[in-house]
Amino acid sequence: MTSKPLFRVLAPLAPAVADATVQIWFNDQPLDVPGGRSVAAALLAAGVQRFRATPVTGAPRGPYCMMGACFECLVEIDGVPSRKSCLVTVQDGMRIHSQEGARDLPFDADQASPHATQENAHGR
Amino acid sequence: MVAEPVDVAVIGAGPAGLACATRAAQAGLSVVLLDEQETVGGQIYRAIERSDAQRREILGPDYVAGAALAAEFARSGAAYVPNASVWQVTRERSVHYLKDGKVGSFEAKRVVLATGALERPFPIPGWTLPGVLTAGAAQILLKSAGEVPMEPPVLVGCGPLLYLLGWQYVRAGVPIRALVDTTRNDDRWRAKRHLLSALRAWPDLRKGLQLIRTLREAGVPIHEAADDLRIEGAPGEDGTERAHALSFSVRGVPQRIEANVILLHQGVVPNTQFSWSLRAAHRWDDAQLCFTPQTDSWGELDVTGIFVAGDGGGIAGAKAAQAQGEVTALAIIAQLEAIDQATRDRAAGPLLRRLADARRIRPFLDSLYRPRDENRVPQDDVVVCRCEEVSAGEVRRIVALGCEGPNQAKSFGRCGMGPCQGRMCGLTVTELIADARKVPPASVGYYRIRPPIKPLTLGELAGE
Repeated sequence: MTSKPLFRVLAPLAPAVADATVQIWFNDQPLDVPGGRSVAAALLAAGVQRFRATPVTGAPRGPYCMMGACFECLVEIDGVPSRKSCLVTVQDGMRIHSQEGARDLPFDADQASPHATQENAHGR
Repeated sequence: MVAEPVDVAVIGAGPAGLACATRAAQAGLSVVLLDEQETVGGQIYRAIERSDAQRREILGPDYVAGAALAAEFARSGAAYVPNASVWQVTRERSVHYLKDGKVGSFEAKRVVLATGALERPFPIPGWTLPGVLTAGAAQILLKSAGEVPMEPPVLVGCGPLLYLLGWQYVRAGVPIRALVDTTRNDDRWRAKRHLLSALRAWPDLRKGLQLIRTLREAGVPIHEAADDLRIEGAPGEDGTERAHALSFSVRGVPQRIEANVILLHQGVVPNTQFSWSLRAAHRWDDAQLCFTPQTDSWGELDVTGIFVAGDGGGIAGAKAAQAQGEVTALAIIAQLEAIDQATRDRAAGPLLRRLADARRIRPFLDSLYRPRDENRVPQDDVVVCRCEEVSAGEVRRIVALGCEGPNQAKSFGRCGMGPCQGRMCGLTVTELIADARKVPPASVGYYRIRPPIKPLTLGELAGE
């Protein structure tokens, strides 16, 4: 699910709060990420490149503008779909899922996973 | 709504919003400043209050200038609501926002839209691939998270922000694969007629020249007059298709540079979502190639009591935005009768001169870094609407069917209908249609922007 990170934390530039590493879950895998930053910045530094797949063709997408305008970094955070990961501060224990296509309404009968009642269950 | 209206609601905590809120609060008005980010500063002064000396040294003096503004705002007594997405401002000046999953609203006697700028769309083949970000996005990662590309990135396009980012990377010791610059000699030639006025803004001009010189001296390969830009994708280790290389040509000679981070920039444009949603009058700016809301000299729209300050009213940069924020505050203070008009005009004098000074270099920059036609009105296979994946060819096909403007194009082909609400494609679609119909962009117009300006769920809406 992860690759070599596209971005790295440059020590002299990191705010003091960023020293602490937090553990989150990304697509059900535990992931150590630098804290004190947006979810998008944390995922980029941890090697996540594919944040979501488009509803139309399923094309992979990742953060583009980092300022809440482009909606490319949408992920599901703690069961809430369509969160702009560039605007949400990463917290220890967050459960994050890539947003696969369009968000679904809750209750997808043919999904049996524990997340079946969560929205956004396409293709997982 | 039973509560008393506040005197002033300011939307956006960049230089214009901070300056406006501070000045208005200092005059004794009740002020609420709402902002979508976690900390004040907007994008230009992002995370300014968290910056230590070392960060400031790398980011440079223009960034540090925001610290005093943020400190003065903190002392001003204005109320500050961070993490708030304003999703509607009505013509009657009620302000609706979403914060932490809950909606809120209040009435204001005056509203100031200080929503700043967005990066201009840069529709080229492959611009939707993971690993392709805007230069502004890379700068936000730098300012807010201290993050830099793992492998040397390619910087592509033109404009001060692109060179500033390169300069900051050089100062931080981050290697740059290449600067692929779309500026050509004919751009320089065209810009020359504005040189005299730019020379009067010599410190700004010198600063700009210094940025590029630093890149050259650091040995960054610079490719000028680049066209036929194309980003190639390749599967990464996890199988995801992502950016792999930039190909382009210089005077017909093909070039190709491999990189997994490709940073695009071709200027910024006003964020006009609110002014459009208010049905305010806009005009097409041929120099800046964008729509700007029409205001009087104090920033007031043709919607009574609603003002625009800063880059949202036309791109002029942080210093101008700050001055404009104060000018707007003075107008509001006078309208609400905390000062008389003579006092207002006296106080506005030096601010208006500062504003004029800050704007002096713009015609030169707008002319020199005018984004190329091919990078604004792309070829058929390029995706223009990233959300709904509508290509330029599809928009042209819709125009050929008789569709005359962006709203029809939206109904026919879904472009602009996704969650970004046209922020990433609006100007491209306007210019594409204008080009296909051979009419000026002004007569094509823009998407009809409707609230909610930021998406919210029905559940959240029901909570109001």
